[in-house]
Parts: sequence; structure tokens; C-alpha cells
Amino acid sequence: MASDILLDVKDISKSFGGVKAVVNVGFTLNRGDVLGVIGPNGAGKTTLINLVTGFVKPDHGRVTYKNHDITGMSPNRIANLGLVRTFQVMRPYHSLPAYKNLIVPLNSPRVKKATAGRLGDLDSVAIDILEEIGFERDARVPYKTAGSLPLGYQKRLELARCIALKPEIILCDEVFSGLSMSEITSMIPLLEKMVMQGVTLIMVEHRLRELFRVANRVLVMNFGCKIAEGPSKETMTREDVKVAYLGGGGSK
Amino acid sequence: METVLIYGLINSVTFVLMSIGFSLVYGVSRVPNFAHGSIYVLVGFLTWSCVNDFKINYGLAVLISLAVASVVGLALYRLVLIRLRGMPTSEIIASFACGLIILEGLRLQGIGGFKGFIGPNYFLSPIFDGKIQVLGVFVDYQRLIVVGAGVVLVAAMWLFTHYTKIGLSLRAIAQDEQAALMLGINSDRAAMISLAIGSALAGLAAVIILPLGNITVEVGYHVLIYALAVCIIGGLGSWTGTVLASFLVGFAVKVSTFFFGALWESVVLVGTIILVLLLKPSGLLGKQKELEERV
Amino acid sequence: MSAQDRRKKRLDRSIKVRSEGLYSLSSWREMAYLLAPRLILIGGLLLMPLVLDLYWQKVLCAAGIFAVLALGFDFLAAYVGLVCLGGAMFIGFGGYAAGLLNAYFALPPVLTIPLAAVIGACLSTVVLMPCLRLRGVYFAIVTFMLPLFTTHIIIALGLFGSTEGITGLDILPNQFWEQYVIVIGVLALLFGLRRLVNEDLGLIMMGIKDNDQAVLASGISIFRYRVLAVFIAALIGCFAGAYQAHLYGWLGLSLFAMDFSILPIAATVMGGMGTLSGPVVGALILTPLSEALRGFGQLRVVLYCFILLLFILYKPEGLMNYLERKYHQFERWEKV
Repeated sequence: MASDILLDVKDISKSFGGVKAVVNVGFTLNRGDVLGVIGPNGAGKTTLINLVTGFVKPDHGRVTYKNHDITGMSPNRIANLGLVRTFQVMRPYHSLPAYKNLIVPLNSPRVKKATAGRLGDLDSVAIDILEEIGFERDARVPYKTAGSLPLGYQKRLELARCIALKPEIILCDEVFSGLSMSEITSMIPLLEKMVMQGVTLIMVEHRLRELFRVANRVLVMNFGCKIAEGPSKETMTREDVKVAYLGGGGSK
Repeated sequence: METVLIYGLINSVTFVLMSIGFSLVYGVSRVPNFAHGSIYVLVGFLTWSCVNDFKINYGLAVLISLAVASVVGLALYRLVLIRLRGMPTSEIIASFACGLIILEGLRLQGIGGFKGFIGPNYFLSPIFDGKIQVLGVFVDYQRLIVVGAGVVLVAAMWLFTHYTKIGLSLRAIAQDEQAALMLGINSDRAAMISLAIGSALAGLAAVIILPLGNITVEVGYHVLIYALAVCIIGGLGSWTGTVLASFLVGFAVKVSTFFFGALWESVVLVGTIILVLLLKPSGLLGKQKELEERV
Repeated sequence: MSAQDRRKKRLDRSIKVRSEGLYSLSSWREMAYLLAPRLILIGGLLLMPLVLDLYWQKVLCAAGIFAVLALGFDFLAAYVGLVCLGGAMFIGFGGYAAGLLNAYFALPPVLTIPLAAVIGACLSTVVLMPCLRLRGVYFAIVTFMLPLFTTHIIIALGLFGSTEGITGLDILPNQFWEQYVIVIGVLALLFGLRRLVNEDLGLIMMGIKDNDQAVLASGISIFRYRVLAVFIAALIGCFAGAYQAHLYGWLGLSLFAMDFSILPIAATVMGGMGTLSGPVVGALILTPLSEALRGFGQLRVVLYCFILLLFILYKPEGLMNYLERKYHQFERWEKV
């Protein structure tokens, strides 16, 4: 249904000097989707995220979010509209307790407006959010120094930073990378819970099997171009997608 | 009218001479060299000293001063800045402190027989005395030398950075430090070289321009401010931008002083800087990627 | 013994470990341990006006002004990442604003000082706004240039008494007023800024300094918070400037002197960047030193810069961090 299109990206392109990072990519995102973005290294996936969330200005193209044109808007304004992203390389406040990392997003205009300034003690709100995503309050995990947390918890912390903003869309940049199988298995229910609570996800991933446990649609990129877009199962069986990933020739 | 044009041109080239050293250093090492003006004045005083106190031949005095300038630039990096790489606040503070030590230190009087340099009696004599007429306007030979030297210098710098190995490595680091590092270019050595050359350029500018006026410590501050203004307007890190901005500012200042008087120079400078920062923050030709330049 | 045979081991003193966090203070001795250094600073500052002779009282006032400037510099540099090389700009704007309010509108110092602080701060912030969208280096360059430019503009346009300045401003009632206004000002600002950086605002600003991308992605406008930080620093700097004008009863171009820009930087680096109390202590050390060396004129600048360089190269943690470490830890060499 057209009215459910949250994000509409048209013909977006970006070159850095002579390198064409993203070339005429377009896709649409419906409310409730989980869109996986896959492709070999250097395909332009992270640049695409940067373009959509305002960290890099596109050379041409349009990004429309809920019928607002957000092309080229500054990243903080886009985040305040409800389109947030995670970072591949996180840099939490290393020597401060984990929950302090959420204080910054809780001070954003979006949160302040949504709660009409009556949020109360930000510290306890932060701890509640962390508890919801799996930081065990009894073991006092939210109070641990952010730098001392294991990777799985740090990734959740990064997601929590986005959740604190009460977003509508979260763009996850390789949120499974570096995690062990069990850590991923425990993270998937969290993602599913977020989707059930009404958040739409775009996930850039390399780990396809785990990705397709959550993603219902997929966008395949290579050399900065879009190769395919569509429902996960069908798209992944296409020949050109297989070639892009596994190389030509294949088995005899 | 011709006066304004001719003197505007001379002014512009003067700015080019003053700023190119600073721009080189910033482009390569990303550290603003606040000692730029100090070295300019230092060379002026040293040359004067050599010629008047030690009775050394003028040409030799110039060479000695330029050598000293390069050494000072090198020392500045090797002793101070190299320990602070990666900490931008400390780099700026240290560079600022060094610049001031040299500048204010030149006011020193009466220690160990060193007379110090206070007062308007210090001047370098121009190379040729006399004027000629250009387009009906009287111009000193020295000013013509300024223009000539400016053109030669810019050409030399262009050739250096495009055709010599060292120059190309400097350009590489200025464009993309990480990529250059991957190619095996040592960024510390490049920064040291750029500081040595930048200081020599400042000294060269001093030797050519100072004969047009007196040598005082205040000149150091003025030169530093001009260099900073020109580089901001042209875009920090863009060498062509520096040249372009020199012309823009050079003419703007001359035109305004022609119509409004000499004291309006500062107003014009500040106005231009604010205008540029508002309209095109990364400068005329600032080529930095958005993420780096804009917050 | 070669360096590989032994290493330095640092242990927190037991009293520090026990008294970490308010809820574990359990004896007067522990409370005294934590409070003593702070009380020395506060008590010392409050008592000094009563014990010093006239000459040194004036020095205390000057030290207070530099301390306020140093607090502003430390706040901007260590907590927000902006290096302000032109503190004299705040003194000048605040001083001129106060002086003009006093000379032309006959407002008394008790009104001009706060008003001038606000007016000066607004003016400074507006002038600095264009470069706050850019990297920190621009801020350093612009703040360096502004005091010199403002001086030229004042001379060029013949404003406000030009090179002679304006004399005959009201001065503060008596020497006790003079000193306590600045001393209490310094202490209040020290505590105020400490409180500020420990609150959420401080957290956001540190985020801007260390991790600006994550802050942007969290919906915070870096520009707005930088403007706020500059306004705060300008407010306290202009307060110091307004105080200065009423301390000596005149305003002039010397309010934009390099001294006001450099001594706070040297005081901050020497005292310890980021500690907020360090810059105050640094100012309290450097100002009397500069007074004692008055005969050397401009060379004092060379001295400040030299001290600054030495500290930044060889003891970047600064005095306060060093003393705090010594106070809370003891070290011994240990065989490896």
C-alpha cells in the first residue's frame, strides 16, 4: 500500500574523486519491513547508509522519508525525524558506566518533544532501556564501564543508543559482525521484538544465514550499483545475485 | 585607476609571498604554524644583523638567514610538534607558544650584549633604488622585484610539487594522509620538510618585502594575520585557493583603502573573512570532504 | 638496575579506596582526607584579602581575573575541544561594554558588570558563530585574530576614545569589595562549571569533542551546543573584563592586550587541562610571578610561553593531576 511507504530513495549517487561509490541506487521501504542490504566488500553499502542518513551529501538523487524530502539534510535533523543509524565502529564513553551512553540521545529534541520534557530522571530511564534490551539489572551490567563490556553487549549498547531516540527506522551497519553464533542467536529475538514494537529495520550484513532469519526483503549491491531488490527468498535464487557473490563459472 | 590596478596586483603578490609558506605547512601537517610571522621577522632581523653588525655581504647574509629559518622550522617540528601528533588542541597551543616565544623574544634588550630589536631604525636596503613607470604609474624597482619573485616562486612551487619526488610526496600527504602512509611515505619526515621549506619561504618573503618598510616586531603579527586570513578565505589546505584568495584580498584591500582610507584595511579583512565563513565555510577552493570540514 | 628489571607500581591509598563514593565515608578522618585539599583552596582564597597588604591585594584581584579567564579556556579546550587563543577579546568586549554603560548611561558598577557580561557575551558569540560550524582549528585562528582586529577597527573608526580610552569610570567602593567580588566570583564559577560538566550538558559536550559522529547520529546539533559553550565562556570572560574596567576606573586598548590571551593558557596547561581547579591554581601562581617580573616588560610573555611549552611537552598532565595522583596513590619500584 502506497501509504505505508516510509522511505523512498531515488537514483542516489555519490563519487569521491574518481571513485564511484554509489551509482543510481533506489529502493523503497515499507513500514514493518526488515530490509537486508548485502553485497561484497566495497559495494557501497556503508556509503548508502551515510547518504540516506545525512552524513554524506549525495551528488544527485532524492531521499524521501514519510513524504518529506530529506536529501542532504544534516544528520542530526534526520535522526530527530526518526531515522537513526548504528555505527560499525563504536566509540562509547569508555571510562563511564554503560548507561551514560544513553544520556546523549535522551537529550535530543526528538525525545524532549515526545515526552514534553517530563521524562524525569534520565539515569533511571537509561537503565530501564538497557534492561529491556538485555542488560541484566541484577548483575549490575548497566553500571559497568562501557569499555569493559564484551562485544555482544557493546553492540546492544549501540542499538540502545538508537532505541533511546524512539525511532521509526533503524539502519544497522553490520550489527552481527564480530559476534559469536550464540551472541547472534540471542540478539535476533531482540531485533524481532523491535520489529513487533513497530520499528522498521534496514540491516547491512555479511552474515547471510543469520540475516535471512529476520529480513523479509533484500537489496543486493555490487560496485556501487543495485543488482536486485525484492523478497528475500526469491531474490537470493536469482542467477545474477549468485554470480555477484560467488563469482562466475560456479560448479561444473 | 591604473594606480589601483597596479598596486592591487603588487599587494596581491605580496600576500601570496607571505601566505604560501603557511599554506604549505598546513596542507601537509594539518598544524597551523603560528610561528610563521615570527620566522618572517626573525629573518629580517638576522639579515640586518649580519649586514650591519657582522659586516657580511648582503647575499651571504640572506643565505645564512634563510638557512637559520629552515633550521628553526625543522627544530619546531622535531623538538616540539612531533611529540604532540594526534592531539590537535595541544598542537595548536604549542605552535602558538613557540611563535610567541620567538616574536616577543625579539624584543629582548641587553642580555649578554644582545641589543634587541626595538625601534623603527631597522630596515633592509632595497636591491635597486629608483622607480620606473608602468602604465603611467610610478613603481619602485623593489616592488617589481616583489611581483617577479612572486611569479617565479609560485611557478617553482608548482613544478616542485608536481615533478620532484619530495614535492609529490608532500602533495600526496596533503591530499590523503592515510593513503600516502600506505604507500610508504613517512608523514613525520614530510611534515619536517614542509616546515623547513615553509619557514624558508617565509624568510624569502621577508627578504623581498621588508625593504619596502621597517622591520619591527609588529610586522610579525601583521604577516601572521594576513597569512591566516588569506588561507581561511582560500580554503585551509588548498594551495591554489591561497593564491586565488591572495588576489581577492589584495585587490579588495587596495580598492577599499583607495576609496575609504588606509585604516579601513582591517574592517575589509574581517568583513571578507566573516562573509566567506558564512557563505562558503571551507573557503573559496576548500576541497575537504564534508565530514571533515563541516560539523 | 636496567629499566627492564623493575617497574613502577601505583597503588591507591587505602583511605582513598575506602572513601570512594559518598556512601562509604565512615569517619571524620576519611572526610577530612577528602575535604582538606578543597578547604585549603577555598579557605585560602577567602582569607587572603584579610592578610595581604595593599599591593598584593591588587595582585590578588589581577590573579582572580586571570583565573576566571583560565576557567573559560579550560572549559572550552578540555570539555568542548575549542582552543581559544584570544581571551583578550572577552576582556575587551566586557570592559568596553561596562565602561560605556557607566560613562554614557551613568549606571553603577553593580548594574554594569552583569549587563556588560551579557552584552559582551552576546556580541562575542555572534562574532564567533560563523566558525563554529567548522573544525576546531578555525576557532583557534579566528579567536587569535579577533583581538588584534578589534583594536585596529577601534583605532580606524575612532570609536570609544580610540587610543586614549575613556577614564573616570566608577570604581568599586573599597578594597574589600574589590577583592571579594572577584574571589567569590572565581569560587562560584569554579563550582558552577564543575557542576555543569558533571551534568548531562557536560556529557554531551565531551561527546562532541571525542565522538562527534555518534552525537550527530543521536540527534544532537553540535553547532547549538558549541554556541552554548562559547556563550558560557564568553559570559565569564566578559564578567572578568567588566570587573577589570571598574577595578582601575578606565577602559582602553590595553584591555585587548596579548597578556590576557596567553597567561590563562599557560595557567591552564600548567595547572592541568580539564581539572578546572588547576587553571585557577595556575593563575594564582603565574600572576604574582608576573608581577615580580614586571621589570622585564614584554618578556614575561616569553616566560609564560616557555613554561607552557615545558609543561605541555614534559608534564602534560599538569600540576593538579600530578598532585592529586601523589595524594591518592603511592608508588614504589618493584622487581619484575
